[in-house]
Amino acid sequence: MIPIVYYLALAVIIFSLGILGVLLRKNAIVIFMSLELMFNAANLVFITFANYFKLLDGQVLVIFVMTTAAAEVAVGLALMVMIFRVKGSIDVDQMNHLKG
Amino acid sequence: MSAGLIVFLILAVIAIAAAAAMLLSSNTVYSALFLIMNFIAIAVIYLTLGAPFVALAQITVYAGAIMVLFLFVIMMLGAEKFSEKEPLTWQRPVAILLGLGLIGEGVYALLTRVGTQMLSNTATEAMADPKALGVLLYTKYSLPFEITSILLLVAAVGAVVLTRGGKKEEKQ
Repeated sequence: MIPIVYYLALAVIIFSLGILGVLLRKNAIVIFMSLELMFNAANLVFITFANYFKLLDGQVLVIFVMTTAAAEVAVGLALMVMIFRVKGSIDVDQMNHLKG
Repeated sequence: MSAGLIVFLILAVIAIAAAAAMLLSSNTVYSALFLIMNFIAIAVIYLTLGAPFVALAQITVYAGAIMVLFLFVIMMLGAEKFSEKEPLTWQRPVAILLGLGLIGEGVYALLTRVGTQMLSNTATEAMADPKALGVLLYTKYSLPFEITSILLLVAAVGAVVLTRGGKKEEKQ
């Protein structure tokens, strides 16, 4: 028997680390990975409550979140490649011109 | 201290350490590998919570497919390392302050709002059954399932169109 708070605290810490990654890093790919970290924390909460309420719906929602994350990564990394072609860098500080 | 709690604490420490190492490492390839470590630790936590299908989907989809895509793009762009010079010197401390504030807020909310409910780690047979998950996915959640498939199609087409290059490049 483990208190449910432990799982939620782990999710909170991982989510906050993801936010910190988005705020601190300049590399756009690392920012994307931090987004994945935040998706992961949300998934952990879904699975925790799926176990707590003995309902499978939480697990189904995690599958949808994973699919959405995969779609997001595919488009996001394609955008990264395009930005790299135009600017020669994926530093988010360089992305300050509306017209490339 | 029960065995389940010890396993959870070890996995939690691994997950948090891997996430922190991902943020701090200057090499993007190391960041990606630390993120895979975090995903695997979380997947094992899913296993202990009685969600084996989601745990294995996490490993194959996240640690497998998505992170390979990341590593592929990192290698292709040669973006393993570049200087993280900060033009706004005040941004970094403010970001750390805000992040720690968010952690504090979350912990406060947990301490005040969530009681001492316990999770039983022994998952029921029905919970861990991939068949039940599939039935739920194709009956109750069939409409979201279809919408997600369209989303994936749009993402695949979008990725191809974006990386194909504009009309200018085609003429050359």
